Amino acid sequence: MEQVVNEMQNQKVADWGNYPVVEAETVRFDQADQLQVALGKPGEVIAYGNGRSYGDASLQKRVIMTRSFRSFLSFDAATGIVCCESGALLAELLEAFVPRGWFLPVSPGTKFVTVGGAVAADIHGKNHHVEGSFGAHVLALEVMRADGSVIRCSREEHPEFFTLTVGGMGLSGVIMNVTLQLKAIESAWMQQQTVRGSRLSELMDAFESDEDWTYSVAWVDTLAGGDALGRGLLMRGEHATAEQVQGRSVGAGTSQMKINVPLFLPNGLLNRGTMKAFNSVYYHRNQQPVRERLVHYESFFYPLDSIGNWNRIYGRRGFMQYQFVLPRATGRVAVEVILKKIQASGLGSFLAVLKLFGEQESFISFPMAGYSLALDFPVCFEVFKLMKELDAMVADWGGRLYLAKDARMDEAMFAKTYPHANDFREAIALLNGGSTRFSSLLSNRLGIT
Amino acid sequence: MERILIIGATSDMGQAFAHACALQGSSIMLAARNEATLERVANDLRVRCEVGVSTHTFDVLDMEQHEAFYASLPERPDGVICFVGLLGDAVKCRQSFEAARRVLDTNFTGVISILDRVADEFEKRGRGWIVGVSSVAGDRGRAPRYHYGCAKAGLNAYLSGLRQRLFKSGVFVMNVKPGYCRTKMVAGWDLPAAMTSEPDEVARAILKALRRKQETLYVRWMWRWIMGVIRLLPEFIFKRLKI
Repeated sequence: MEQVVNEMQNQKVADWGNYPVVEAETVRFDQADQLQVALGKPGEVIAYGNGRSYGDASLQKRVIMTRSFRSFLSFDAATGIVCCESGALLAELLEAFVPRGWFLPVSPGTKFVTVGGAVAADIHGKNHHVEGSFGAHVLALEVMRADGSVIRCSREEHPEFFTLTVGGMGLSGVIMNVTLQLKAIESAWMQQQTVRGSRLSELMDAFESDEDWTYSVAWVDTLAGGDALGRGLLMRGEHATAEQVQGRSVGAGTSQMKINVPLFLPNGLLNRGTMKAFNSVYYHRNQQPVRERLVHYESFFYPLDSIGNWNRIYGRRGFMQYQFVLPRATGRVAVEVILKKIQASGLGSFLAVLKLFGEQESFISFPMAGYSLALDFPVCFEVFKLMKELDAMVADWGGRLYLAKDARMDEAMFAKTYPHANDFREAIALLNGGSTRFSSLLSNRLGIT
Repeated sequence: MERILIIGATSDMGQAFAHACALQGSSIMLAARNEATLERVANDLRVRCEVGVSTHTFDVLDMEQHEAFYASLPERPDGVICFVGLLGDAVKCRQSFEAARRVLDTNFTGVISILDRVADEFEKRGRGWIVGVSSVAGDRGRAPRYHYGCAKAGLNAYLSGLRQRLFKSGVFVMNVKPGYCRTKMVAGWDLPAAMTSEPDEVARAILKALRRKQETLYVRWMWRWIMGVIRLLPEFIFKRLKI
């Protein structure tokens, strides 16, 4: 059927953490003119992609769903430059281009995010210290503003608007299409090295000893205490060359999920006992201190994607992810102090993800040179109090929290920890003058809008 | 390499099916009414999959033109699938025969008009496959949407007859009854998640059923059972039910 319809529906909407859940009016579109019509209705509105930010960054009373707007527009096989509509998933890019020898320039921990969302949150990956964030590889954008006009921007054309949109959390307009520089690869495989660190300082040494690896990330066992505090596995990787994978299938790999969590598990199923056992097995599975092997890119980049709806294991109340970054100088001590505090509270997740970022200049993008740690917390009353205390520590040490994962930080914390918070707010206020305004629950809470 | 003609190619299911075919390396002929949308869909497929994609304007209601349309295709398809369908507004269908006829012609008369041309060719040639996308609504006429339902019921009977006729020629005929599927047709409906498929899922299921030569496909398994029960209900009970 080819009727031009604007699907409108009132429904419960949440992001990946399933906290908060809000009742919202949702609008779908698959053509630009439908988006224009949708934006014609006055009020506060924000774009929503595949719901993989964690908190409330894409929630509002009125939400524009971009998932149906996902056509691929062009690809240049000589340069690896692709242009697609913003609702396309990174998974779709991989499916189309890995077989032709091109990879995402930056991959987050899941391939189920939309390209538009990746730009808006200026996401990072395991290669941040070498290749920067997703935005660094975006060549051009087309964005629909509140009045329905479309602005094409890049580093040359409307550069201020471009800077405001990359990492701008969807507040400058609805990103319509993205021109992205892909990265040439010779195979779908990764040369992976796993290094065991028996305590936090060892893990950090491992990070700092060899920053030439393109990809690196560490899984930290947050339940181990005493001397073993912060023990974990550092995973490094490089795209395998054609030579290294000789004799193996160079298949693209599929995006089929292997396991699914069909319903919300009881709140509190993941308890310290079961998780301590799991972590111990996971850590000791790696017998040698350093282990090298060839793995498929799917298992290297997206281990959790093979479990559909894994967020449901935290129960219907949902969970929050707490991801902070601390400057490199203070990070080494501070991460340990914070880990101890979380451990003492007994509230945190059993695994945390540690990553050393490189430098980055931007408005309100998250990364800065230093250590980032991410943990999940099932939503419960005590968690809010703990996080408040953690906020103070993170702020004192010159760190900050990741907006795409946040559902609770307060305005003062944001203003204190993001040096360009005020400039960003003023710039958005200038753009957001009309009757249709871009804002999210996150931007309202943080005082941006 | 298989060449597939997709009629109603700009529908959500049509697009998903075209994508699935392109991924398996088939070359694709897209037919639909709206040229601009058709071009957009075709370009998307070319960028994603590097396969041969051609576009052909086709209006199911313009039945005079169907024979010429089919004859004028630059290449002959190995398989044809028709996704054309119109749910229509049930109340308007009751009030105005114009509206009812539109539903009947889109879902039934027009589909037959084009598939008959395909069938003749395939029968003569002695190979090929034809897939009609019908609906569970055709399994028994129900009060909420019986104009749509009766057109689909007619399509079911047509496909069944066609299958019998073409069997000896080695032409395979499949009837797809998707059940609820998240497409524009049901925009804004509050559908039970467990019984609702995604267009991509329908596309994959059809390709799998084609490989297995499955003649009737219900996409999610429960629909076969639900419709089985609904069909078996005695009329004196059925007429009192609100389903």
